[in-house]
Amino acid sequence: MSDSPLLIEELQGKFGTVSAQATADGVPLLWASKDTICDVLRYLKTEVDKPYRTLYDLTAIDERVRTNRQDQPDSDFTIVYHLLSYERNEDIRLKVALQDEYPSIPTVTDIWPSANWYEREVWDMFGVTFEGHPHLRRILMPPTWEGHPLRKEHPARATEMGEFELPDEKQDLEQEALQFRPEDWGMDPQGENGDFMFLNLGPQHPGTHGVLRFALQLDGEEILDVVPDIGYHHRGAEKMGERQSWHTFIPYTDRIDYLGGVMNNLAYVLAVEKLAGIEVPERVKVVRIMMSEIFRIASHLVWYGTFAQDIGALSPVFYMFNDRERIFEIVEAICGGRMHPSWFRIGGVAQDLPNGWDNLIREYLDYLPRRLDEYDKMVMRNRIFKKRTQGVGAYTVDEAIEWGVTGPGLRACGFEWDFRKKRPYSGYDQFEFDIPTAQAGDCYDRAVVRIEEIRQSLRIIEQCMNNMPSGPYKSDHPLTTPPLKEHTMEDIETLINHFLNVSWGPVIPAGEAFFGIEATKGNNGYYLISDGSTIPYRVRIRAPSFPHMQMLPLISRRAMVPDLLAILGAMDFVLADIDR
Amino acid sequence: MIQSIHPLIITIGILFVVVNTAALLIWLERRLLALWQDRYGPNRVGPFGLLQVLADMIKIFTKEDWVPPFADKPVFILAPAVIVVAVLMSFAVIPFSPDIWVVDLNIGLLFFLAMSSMGVYSVVLAGWASNNKYSLLGGMRAAAQMLSYEVFMGLSLMGVVMMAGSFNLREIVETQKGMWFFIPQIFGLVVFMVAGIAETHRLPFDLPEAESELVAGYHSEYSGMKFGMFFVGEYLGVTLISAFITTLFFGGWLGPSFLPPIVWFILKTFVFICFFILLRASLPRPRYDQLMAYGWKVMLPLALANLIVTGGIILAIG
Repeated sequence: MSDSPLLIEELQGKFGTVSAQATADGVPLLWASKDTICDVLRYLKTEVDKPYRTLYDLTAIDERVRTNRQDQPDSDFTIVYHLLSYERNEDIRLKVALQDEYPSIPTVTDIWPSANWYEREVWDMFGVTFEGHPHLRRILMPPTWEGHPLRKEHPARATEMGEFELPDEKQDLEQEALQFRPEDWGMDPQGENGDFMFLNLGPQHPGTHGVLRFALQLDGEEILDVVPDIGYHHRGAEKMGERQSWHTFIPYTDRIDYLGGVMNNLAYVLAVEKLAGIEVPERVKVVRIMMSEIFRIASHLVWYGTFAQDIGALSPVFYMFNDRERIFEIVEAICGGRMHPSWFRIGGVAQDLPNGWDNLIREYLDYLPRRLDEYDKMVMRNRIFKKRTQGVGAYTVDEAIEWGVTGPGLRACGFEWDFRKKRPYSGYDQFEFDIPTAQAGDCYDRAVVRIEEIRQSLRIIEQCMNNMPSGPYKSDHPLTTPPLKEHTMEDIETLINHFLNVSWGPVIPAGEAFFGIEATKGNNGYYLISDGSTIPYRVRIRAPSFPHMQMLPLISRRAMVPDLLAILGAMDFVLADIDR
Repeated sequence: MIQSIHPLIITIGILFVVVNTAALLIWLERRLLALWQDRYGPNRVGPFGLLQVLADMIKIFTKEDWVPPFADKPVFILAPAVIVVAVLMSFAVIPFSPDIWVVDLNIGLLFFLAMSSMGVYSVVLAGWASNNKYSLLGGMRAAAQMLSYEVFMGLSLMGVVMMAGSFNLREIVETQKGMWFFIPQIFGLVVFMVAGIAETHRLPFDLPEAESELVAGYHSEYSGMKFGMFFVGEYLGVTLISAFITTLFFGGWLGPSFLPPIVWFILKTFVFICFFILLRASLPRPRYDQLMAYGWKVMLPLALANLIVTGGIILAIG
């Protein structure tokens, strides 16, 4: 973060009104005004030395009931722009204070096309209007929804919303809202040679891996345009975060990228620890890495099998689910749970490793590489498979960076970037592993990268197994949840602390922190705001699948319907990760 | 001795056996796929799960037989019957053994080709009559795929016809006494097999119903026994193509005399049926345009070349 003071000075010199705010995570945070924000962003993206080319996240905060807002300008709603520069390996966060009940702000879609969905989400969730946005409609909530869920006055539970009724008029209205009109989706119903065919694909379709819907504009089987319709898996995880204690929110994170298991816990827990200033013992770091990598393999195996099935191969998915089942046996032995063990804790993990854990892992390390070689022969070297995936859905590094692609999708275009290597967290710098890359950026290369990642994860797990440090499995920090119990029966302060932390949950100091990790699908980040209470004031989950899905129309145009399914399969998204 | 049996009994017998084979194939395919995919498959109903087929039949017959209100009703109902009838008709010309056949047509092979062309109608009509976009796409794919693969299916068999000097299937089998045709006609066999899979639209050529793309393709809207007819039609098709491979290239009922001819025929056919199922377990699905390109750019020239070379050699020897 060496350049950041210089940058802040530079920006203050150029745009005047910019002021800085301290954060717990060390990411430079600047306040800009509504009038200058577009210029500042454009400057940061295009003109500044070593530019911030990725709009990593765009979200909002409803500040109206927040109490701890020292050194911050007055604001009812704050828009947060989170930019990422690969050249600098640095982030920057910009905030804009908005006053009003339903404020508005200029759009930045002309600077980053990827701002489109983010701005729609902010409009949908907070009711902030983006002036000049090309298509400002609801994105996660149904079109007939009343209110904006992440506003503080919006109820968080159905029981607070009054009885549900569906009179005939309302039903008619809802059905009317479901009518498909190409114009509403930004598509032209007619071409030069007559009407186009519009195909509704999903939300229930065997190829979409969940409740995802597309409107396809077709000319024969060729795709002229495709518009994803998301939100069917929206469960309001961010809203739930605002009523769960810091501790009890952990299980909700498991279900964001529901194939990633404890990997989700890691991003959240690391963000909370940053906010609370907790340092965890070495053993905790290594155990966390080991479990996360185990889940990376589990997630990639599911992707491998389902991708092969999307291409039409029936058998691979059974083999890969078998292998995943063996992983779950290990996870179950260690964590007690299988898909969603919710096993990480603030300041540690839930229990120590059980006796004999290393034997289970050693067996698996012997087992999987042979299977992977076999799958290479069966899937990756199959000629039909290659023909279906090579050259399909390709994008360049620049496009990937522009649209906020992270993870294997980015590395498949030849850009060697892995947050585990470039910004080592939780002790990843202690491990030897390679960053697999590929060059073409097409569906096949995305597969190549993921499969090599499985092998690299095995390497990391082996190193964890051979070098597992001894020591405690949770930190002795007072905010560790649940706190250490050893001395509770000896001195009253420890007992009270333990009692409060377990019954109310920890009180995390006011402030804000962001933490992003290299999750299974890409960079998964948690942006947490604490108001000095037992519950978060705002939980922002930046999920990798969201920008990936936004990019789909760009890479699917002029492809054929089967290609679309190949592209979806290679993208490796999870609906809960898109909708949260 | 067997010739004295009333032809009607033979006809009914063959019909019975063929239809039951198709039903049994459902069980066989599910068990074999399961075996290759590290799982069990149906193993609960009856010994080895054999009665699963019966249970499925009971279910499928008692299911609500729903015709979508937006469908073209007469065509929608007719379509599944066409495929079953067309395929069953083809069985009439197959000589199962020196003594068992239904009709001894001089143009048996042409009759088979004609009937397999009829099968296309079933799929196309089903796709059209369903009035569903997925079905329509499936039907369109089927029309393009089956029509083009039919062209060289016919051509691939002409080598056999030249060598046998007859369209009569019994005579074709008889001429293979010296050497089974799969040796001189290996390219014909390859082309015919590929075309045969395409005709029965099974993986890797199951584009008309590609489940990860078109949900269920041309039969998306079908339920109950109408769906069952497509299903049975598909398995009958597999049996038919396998029987024809046996007849045309592997000497039909011919074989060492320690087994009766009919057993040889059944054994050979069974091997090819298993091969079909193995293909389904192991291959992904090409894209529609790739399939067409493969057909017209690889298979058709291959069939033609085979025809020319065979003709030339016969001319030179003859």
